[in-house]
Order: sequence, then structure tokens, then C-alpha cells
Amino acid sequence: MNLNATLVAQLVVFFILAWVTMKFVWPPIVKALDERAKKIADGLAAADKAKSDLAHAEKKVVEELRKARESATDVRAAAEKQSAVFLDEARAEAARIIAQAREAAEAEAGVAAQRAKEALRDQVAHLAVAGAEKILRKEINAQAHADLLANLKQELR
Amino acid sequence: MSTGTEAHAPTAGEYIVHHLTHLNSTGHAQTAIIDWSVWNLDTLFFSIGLGVVTLLLLMKAASKATSGVPGRFQAAVEILVEMVADQAKGIVHSAESRKFVAPVALTVFFWIFLMNSMDFLPVDLLPRIGEMFGLHYMRVVPTADLNGTLGMSIGVLLICLYYNIKIKGFGGWVHELFTAPFGSHPLLYPINFLMQMIEFLAKTVSHGMRLFGNMYAGELVFMLIALMGGTATVFGFLGHVVAGSIWAVFHILIVALQAFIFMMLTLVYIGQAHESH
Repeated sequence: MNLNATLVAQLVVFFILAWVTMKFVWPPIVKALDERAKKIADGLAAADKAKSDLAHAEKKVVEELRKARESATDVRAAAEKQSAVFLDEARAEAARIIAQAREAAEAEAGVAAQRAKEALRDQVAHLAVAGAEKILRKEINAQAHADLLANLKQELR
Repeated sequence: MSTGTEAHAPTAGEYIVHHLTHLNSTGHAQTAIIDWSVWNLDTLFFSIGLGVVTLLLLMKAASKATSGVPGRFQAAVEILVEMVADQAKGIVHSAESRKFVAPVALTVFFWIFLMNSMDFLPVDLLPRIGEMFGLHYMRVVPTADLNGTLGMSIGVLLICLYYNIKIKGFGGWVHELFTAPFGSHPLLYPINFLMQMIEFLAKTVSHGMRLFGNMYAGELVFMLIALMGGTATVFGFLGHVVAGSIWAVFHILIVALQAFIFMMLTLVYIGQAHESH
């Protein structure tokens, strides 16, 4: 319990230790701690940002999907309408063509029949003349009786 | 164990006295209360040695300090640094001063913790080894030497004086010495000055004495327990084991607590030096 020069030595050692700690120990450790704290803070901020970004992106995806679905519906409706129009047009065209064809055929058929009738009429007239020539066997001038024949021909119609 | 001439085993009194005698530069126990020509070699050896250990450990942690994932050792030192930094921040309100004060507090805590921990070694182990090398006295706990603890508390006092002058200016500090705590009146000047001197003295002495008293008492109890075992009876042996275990466990608390208290008071006293009355 006696005091002696050890006290002074201890005093000096105390200051040397404190100085060395201040110079070489404290700054690097505190710097590392501060840096790590900053890193962690940055990391947390980045995580928060990523989370909000993700939420934002998800919202956007839902929105885009909704839009795509809507436009797809629109496109389909338009396409259906268009196709219906096309179909109607095609149908009308077809009907028109058929009617035309039928008309043409009927007209042709009518002409043909007319022609056949004419031919038949001619032949009947010839036949009648020939028959009459043969039957009468008399001098009958075909020219003279042309009116008569013409009348006959008319009656055969 | 005893110095030679007596043939008998040391009595309890002789054993204790022998263990409480420093290995000093004179080779025998110091007789005068204060003798500035004497050096306690054991205290010097262990305190400087443990100071070097302190610095090596701290510098090892400092050199490996990265902002990445810390290892266990680094994390342990960092916890300590953070604890000291937080306490310093709460007590010393000058960031400039903290650059020095906080490392001082860290050093003090770490160093005193290690010096106090010397108490955990068996009381006879190192003195016995020393005896084999011809060292007849040895005390291994530097903080159980008043020179060691008062040396540190006077160091703290000097830091306090330095900051008193630095923060308040020499004139401001002298003014405070004569006008605080009772007020500025010529009649009060001597009383104020006396109070201030008593305050500084009481702070420093109690600072050093508190640590010294705790560690000295702890060491003494370990010696008494060792004496019990030294009787070489069944009762003594059991008593030594039971009491020694209990006291050692309890002493862990004292070792850490006293180191912490010394550190906190260092910060508080230096913090007070920053505040004007």
C-alpha cells in the first residue's frame, strides 16, 4: 500500500497506451463500423426500392394484361363483324351470279326454243307444201298460193 | 515460500504478508509510506505486459477491420468499441474531444479488465514460478497496487486539467476555480477554490482507490481461501474448492464491473471538464 515511483511509470504507460489506441486502433475500427452501417442502410434502402419496384411492375403487368385482353376482344369483335360483312357480300354476289346465270340460261333456252320452233315451222311449211304438192298433183303454183301457206304457217304457231 | 532462514512452514500471517509484498527494486518490503526511489517491478512488468497484450489484441482487430462480414473476434472488439463510443457520445459532448477521449476509455476498459483478470490465476502459481527463478516476492495483479490505480487516475486528472484549459481557456478556468460552485463574490473566492481543490483531489483519489480497494480485497480473499486449502485437511480442501469456486465466479462480475466503472468515471470526469459551472 506504499506509494513509489511505480505510480509515475504507470502514468506514463497509461498515456502511451491511450495514444497508441487513439492513433492505430480506434480510427480503423470506427471507420469499418461506420462503413458497415452505411452499407447496411444502403442495402435496406435498395431492398425497399426493389420491393416497391416489384409492386409497381406487378401492377403494370396486370394493367397491360387487362389492356391486351381488351384489345384482343375488340379485334375479335371487329374481325367477326368484318367476316360477317364479307360473308354477306359473298352471299349476295353469289346470289347475283346465280340469278344472272339463270337469266342467261333462260334467255338462251328461250332463244333456242324459238329457233327450234322457227325451224320446225319452216319444216312443217315445207312438209305441208310438199304434202300438198304430192296430194294435189295438180299444177299448183306455189307462188300463187303463198298467202294461203303463209296463213297456214301462221296458224301452226 | 518464506525467504529462507526459518525452517517451519509460514504461519497464516506470514503467508499473507509475504503475498502482499511487492517485488521492488530494493529487494525487500518498502518501509516508508512514500518513497520515490523504489520501483515495484512486478506491477510494472504485469501492467506493461498486459498493456502490450491489450494493444496487440486491439491492433489485430483494427488491422482486420473491414466493413464486410466480421469474424467473431472482430465482432467482439466491435461490440466493445461501440459500447465505449456510445457511452462517450452520451457523456462527452464534443466530437473533437471524443477523438481522444473515447480511445482512452477503450484502452482503460480493456487494460484494466486484463489486469483485474490476473486475479483468476491461482494465487500461488506465478509467485511459485518466480521463486524458482530467485524472485522471492511477486504480486501479479497490477490493479491491486495503489501505484497502478493512482497512476491511471492521475492520468485521468491530467486529461481533465488539459480539457478544462482547452475548452474554457486558462483565464476562464481560473475564473471558474474561484467563482464556482458558490458564486462570484470576493468573500467566496477562497471557499470556492478550496471546494474545487477538494473536488479534484477527491475525484482522483476515489477513482484510484475504488479500483485498488476492490482488487486488493479480492486478492486477499483468494489468499484466505488458499490458506484454508493449505491446512491440508478434508474440511480445508472442501472449503477451498467450494469457497474458491464461489468467489472466483463472483469475482468475474467484480473484474468486469470495476473495469467498466473506471472507464465510466474516466468519461464522466472528462465530460465534467467540458462543462462550465
